[in-house]
Amino acid sequence: MWNDFLLILDATLRISVPFVFAAMGGIFAERSGVIDFGLEGKMLGGAFVAATVAYWTQSAWWGLLGAIGIGIIFSMIHGYASISKRGNQVVSCVAINIFAMGLTVVLANAWFGMGGKTPQLSKEARFMSIELPYAEEFRNIPIFGDIYYEIISGHSILVYIAFLMVPITAWVIFKSSFGLRLRATGENPLAVDTTGISVNKTRYQALLLNGILGGMSGAYLSTAHLAFFVKDMSAGKGYIALAAMIVGKWRPYPAMFACLLFSFLFAIKDKPEVFDLLKGIVPVKLLNSFLDMSPYILTVIFLAGFVGRAVAPKAIGQPFSKEK
Amino acid sequence: MNETQANTLVVTLVTIINLLLAFLVSGIVIWVLGEDPWFALKTMLYGAFGYDEGLGYTLYYTTNFIFTGLAFAVGFHCGLFNIGAEGQAYIGGLGVGLVCLWLESWPLWLVFPLAILASIVLGGLWGAIPGYLKAKRGSHEVVTTIMFNFIASVVMVNLLSHVLKPPQEMSPESREFSEGVWVPQMHEIFEWFGIEITQTPLNGTFFFALICLFLVWRFIWYTRWGYELRTVGTNETASVYAGISVSKNIIIAMVIGGGLAGFVGINEIMGSSHRLMLNFQAGIGFTGIAVSLIGRNHPLGILLAALLFGILYQGGAELSFEVQAIDRHMVVLIQGLVILFAGALENLFRPQIEQFVKRLAT
Repeated sequence: MWNDFLLILDATLRISVPFVFAAMGGIFAERSGVIDFGLEGKMLGGAFVAATVAYWTQSAWWGLLGAIGIGIIFSMIHGYASISKRGNQVVSCVAINIFAMGLTVVLANAWFGMGGKTPQLSKEARFMSIELPYAEEFRNIPIFGDIYYEIISGHSILVYIAFLMVPITAWVIFKSSFGLRLRATGENPLAVDTTGISVNKTRYQALLLNGILGGMSGAYLSTAHLAFFVKDMSAGKGYIALAAMIVGKWRPYPAMFACLLFSFLFAIKDKPEVFDLLKGIVPVKLLNSFLDMSPYILTVIFLAGFVGRAVAPKAIGQPFSKEK
Repeated sequence: MNETQANTLVVTLVTIINLLLAFLVSGIVIWVLGEDPWFALKTMLYGAFGYDEGLGYTLYYTTNFIFTGLAFAVGFHCGLFNIGAEGQAYIGGLGVGLVCLWLESWPLWLVFPLAILASIVLGGLWGAIPGYLKAKRGSHEVVTTIMFNFIASVVMVNLLSHVLKPPQEMSPESREFSEGVWVPQMHEIFEWFGIEITQTPLNGTFFFALICLFLVWRFIWYTRWGYELRTVGTNETASVYAGISVSKNIIIAMVIGGGLAGFVGINEIMGSSHRLMLNFQAGIGFTGIAVSLIGRNHPLGILLAALLFGILYQGGAELSFEVQAIDRHMVVLIQGLVILFAGALENLFRPQIEQFVKRLAT
């Protein structure tokens, strides 16, 4: 039982990484007043580019860099459309998501001809798990040793980076002067403008960070979690991350916990024990579909604010214009 | 030239230029892949128009896109961003399929309206839930409708592989409906008049789609409900002061949108495959977004844009068949670009075009 529990938590952590990266990216964008439904596209694009570049260069790090690159390109397109050209931000996001859906498969097929898949990466070309120091030695210590060995140690470097991003994001948003400008831009751009700070520049900076994190979320999927890219790999994870961000009320730590909660559902739904447990309550015929859709249903339920109302940054979705 | 004419001209020019930009970028992608964009264009156009069969397929796809384009447009007029036509078409199609399976001994003239009703009920329900959550709980429809797409997909996979699949079959599909409830195919309809055309999946649903275009046009611009809907979409605060219920209209718009999306099932299930199967709606819902945005959310524009995407789909299939390096998903990529240029970047050259038209007018 204890062991199962540890394994589920371990899986939860692994699954949560793309959510955490994307949610932090979303926080930067939306706190600055730019809607970001485009996390899905950045995740998908990042996953494809990371797998492709890692395969060509045989280096996961170059793959990560490539993923960050495509993330930035997508977020800058979004920025140009929604900040500079004052277009509809939701439309721009959906455009990027659909564009990414097409582009990744077209390129994957043209370059590798494997039906939208990229070739399997070798060990050197992907992020492998790292054993933290003394993991074996600490194993003898009860409880702590198990937790350290099973949950904390033995992940790829990106897992640690993802969870490091949470305090960093929190610090940048709430403690740095850039974060102050960012939040003010999202709440009251006119006031920011009167102090002589450029609203648009701040929003572009926020989107830059957003693109980097969005790309990283994709790189994790294809070069750490799995060892290849496959068509539609993100499967709505970008939207779920967005929901986690909203449930977390645009705050890094609560958003992280929301990500962990969603990931927990993904982690347990495939466990046979859970199946046995629910067998008595839900008819077996329905159980599989019930478990398969549970993360999506829960996303909807949480988003509906049954756990408390979420208030978005005031100026979200509004392009800034000095004339107004 | 009066102001309305000038406006129409501006809008038309903006749309055409943005479309051309989207195609230009797509051409660049094809060129980057090492293929000849000019040859690609010629192949696509030939595939879509060059012969009888191609034209039939083009119009068959057009029928689907009219439905999902309208589904998006009705929501858009109410200020909603319904990107769940994919799931609504899937579940609406389930309704169509169930009616056909249950009532297959009934005559078509009875089954057809019942199938329409079923797809409105189920597709509408699939739109109503996100609509309700948006109206009452403020959850953004983009996230909820996407989630409902995934939920729909899980529901259908399980239903088809565990419930509707005949036990001796391998593939997750229902059994074939009896021939009595098939929507007549276009070559059959033409035969009644003694005209012979090639057999394609194109069927009578095409005419139903044209009727839907007309009805939506009347509904949006010439009824009280349509007026209320547009008022909510243009200015929520003003509509509250005018005594128009925002939440009621949001839910209505989503139900109508879901029902319209469900009609894809009539074309695909009742008109062509004659059985319920996996992913018959794949990509059609998302294409509706591009169709509606290009068509400026107006039924006439949607008809033209649906035709355009029908050409892209059929031509794209021909192209990926001719040129191995170009995948069918090229169409999805083009869609993304079209939404980007015609939707999000519509202001890109707008000032210049307005200037140009102004000079033309004086």
